[in-house]
Amino acid sequence: MSNGAIARRRVFAVLGASAIALTAACGGGGDSGDDEAGGEVTLEFSQWWEPELPDGSLRALMDRFEEENPGIRVELLSGPYASTKEQVVAGAAAGTMSDVVGLDGAWVSDFVDQGSIASLTDLMDEAGYDDSALASQVQLEGATYMIPVVNFVYPLFTNNDLLAQAGITAPPTNRTEFQAAATALSGLGDNVSGWALPLSLETPNGVQNDVMSWVWASGGSMLADGQPDLTNDDVKSAVEYVEGLWDDGAIAPGAFTMKEQDKVEEFTNGRVGMVISSLAHVNTIREANPDLDFSISAIPAEDSYTGERGIPYASWGIGVAENSEHKEEAWKLVEFLLSEDVNAELSTLANAFPGNTASVPDFVEGDELFTAAFDIYQSGYPANEFTGLPVAEELMRMFGEELQRTLDGDQSVDDALETAQSRWQEEF
Amino acid sequence: MSQLTLRPAETGDGGRDARRPGPRPGRLRRSLTPYLYLLPTVLLLVALMVLPIVMVIGYSLMDNVITTRNSESVGLDNYVEVVTDPVFHTAIRNTLYFTGVSVLAHLVLGLAFALLLNSAFVGRWAKALFRMIYVLPWLFTIAIVAVLWRLLLNPNGVVNYLLDVAGFIDGNVEWLADPDTALHAVTFINIWCGYPFFMISLLAGLQGIPKDLYEAARVDGASAVKQFWHVTIPQLKPIIISMALLDFIWTTQQFALIWMTTGGGPINVTEMLSTFTYKLAFSKYEFSMASTSAVIILVLSMVLAFFYVRHQRVRD
Repeated sequence: MSNGAIARRRVFAVLGASAIALTAACGGGGDSGDDEAGGEVTLEFSQWWEPELPDGSLRALMDRFEEENPGIRVELLSGPYASTKEQVVAGAAAGTMSDVVGLDGAWVSDFVDQGSIASLTDLMDEAGYDDSALASQVQLEGATYMIPVVNFVYPLFTNNDLLAQAGITAPPTNRTEFQAAATALSGLGDNVSGWALPLSLETPNGVQNDVMSWVWASGGSMLADGQPDLTNDDVKSAVEYVEGLWDDGAIAPGAFTMKEQDKVEEFTNGRVGMVISSLAHVNTIREANPDLDFSISAIPAEDSYTGERGIPYASWGIGVAENSEHKEEAWKLVEFLLSEDVNAELSTLANAFPGNTASVPDFVEGDELFTAAFDIYQSGYPANEFTGLPVAEELMRMFGEELQRTLDGDQSVDDALETAQSRWQEEF
Repeated sequence: MSQLTLRPAETGDGGRDARRPGPRPGRLRRSLTPYLYLLPTVLLLVALMVLPIVMVIGYSLMDNVITTRNSESVGLDNYVEVVTDPVFHTAIRNTLYFTGVSVLAHLVLGLAFALLLNSAFVGRWAKALFRMIYVLPWLFTIAIVAVLWRLLLNPNGVVNYLLDVAGFIDGNVEWLADPDTALHAVTFINIWCGYPFFMISLLAGLQGIPKDLYEAARVDGASAVKQFWHVTIPQLKPIIISMALLDFIWTTQQFALIWMTTGGGPINVTEMLSTFTYKLAFSKYEFSMASTSAVIILVLSMVLAFFYVRHQRVRD
């Protein structure tokens, strides 16, 4: 072979390699969710639910949906909660959000501002859907953007054995009883504490579930006309109460970096006598420590309070991406998950309460703890004022920082609330 | 069987014709060939490095990007806002402490263990065993390190138990949750997981020092300490400077360890430049401000990188 021919071959080889590299670099941007050639639509459904459900159960529901809706396939994109959130944020920014997305109420406001999630009100209208059976909807400016598929309530978990050792015969029902119980439990020694307060700034949802829950349980609110109102008497009373528990030594050590998971572990191991926790953790606790004897009750309210109690809750919400080319099919999937029998099945699998009021999960009738939780749920009202707020997680973090300063003795409760109020107002 | 053919030197008219100026596609191809070989790498560098960096710099000059549909240029306003933010100052102070102490401790521990492993007094098997033990922290991913130390430093954890039994502490110390100890605790964890990198590199350097230098020093009556300061350290100096600069750059960018152990708390005592930037982006959704903070970190890293590159060139 001549030198010229070798050189030509080299040039073509280099050009070919460059073309492959370019194609590889650019290939990722294509829309892989649409298989028009086969006349079939593929919906991407990103969520954190699949890892938290029994193996294969969500896929089985999707298979059922595909059977009932020929021509629609569902591809599940599953990951842990935190990575799903980052994936959804990145997808929203890049315009590559999955067609159907699992949502947390705390994210909704930001995604609506971004224009990345579609109005479900419009999709419901187009499909002629009757929304009267829905337990709740997350709305902004009159339009629904998220529908809670299942709800996890956060009641009070109490360790019956530890309470008995401390001479307490029944779970506390008001703040005075709770404080007495928490102090007595901490007095047992052997590294036992009365109550766990997770205030980690990495995942600051302890502010929502473990601090603001005291406000909501007594019918209070942290908002006024949709704006921050942290300096009102209800919030002040709750924060002063938490400070009192701290000063009494009734709170488990390590609170400033404790996460929700740590809290559950401390309760499961019998080192903490009382926690406010998700109903979803009942099975986790039972599996980790089958011998633990514990009860579920409503979060204690102020001693004089007799009204309905707000119960903190978290949702597995669902929404549709604005950039989806298959909104009609996406809505069919949402409608399927909210249908009476499927929603009941999903609630049963997740140990949560259904988003469809007509659905009745099986576990309610078969388990004493869940029956108690369902009674609490029905006797009160679901309360989570962070849902739909802008940068909700950051609001929790700001409040957490100020609360930490107060508990560390750097500032008074009044100063903490005023500072948090002004920081929150900047975000509104 | 291979055959070697020697081409005779070209002489006469044909040779002169070949050197005559004029259109020569062969020469063009030859001059282009090296660039075509470079093309895939250049394209990847542009796509994966230059383009994102330019985009982030562009974002830092906008009012807010990604979450706002119509962004507008705001000049250097974002830079002013970030630089005047007191939390940013805290993050810089914490990052400097965390990085400075980490690099120094990495160096001292790495050198001490490398000297131990290079010592003639330790047997071959003992050396292999210690080498394996000392290098272990380096093998764990940061997620494992964070979970491990969260458990160890838990108020009810093993560390408190051992210290309590030994009589060093009375009661449970909240190592990561106490504002007075949290920064020291995360710095300690970073030291623990980072020293093997120094140790391995310095061990290689120690093994490369010629033995006759030590012999000459001994003949001149130098003690072991003097040999260390006047032979070992000067011989290791290029490696020490390179490693220290690289470690400084890497440690300033440490995010995962801080995030998974303290999240920047309690309050903001472990807030670093990396966590400060992350919160701006993924908690506040202020991507322009996050880009601004990232550009500032990039500039600071480039200053360090400049010294590193200059040092490498001087070595070469």
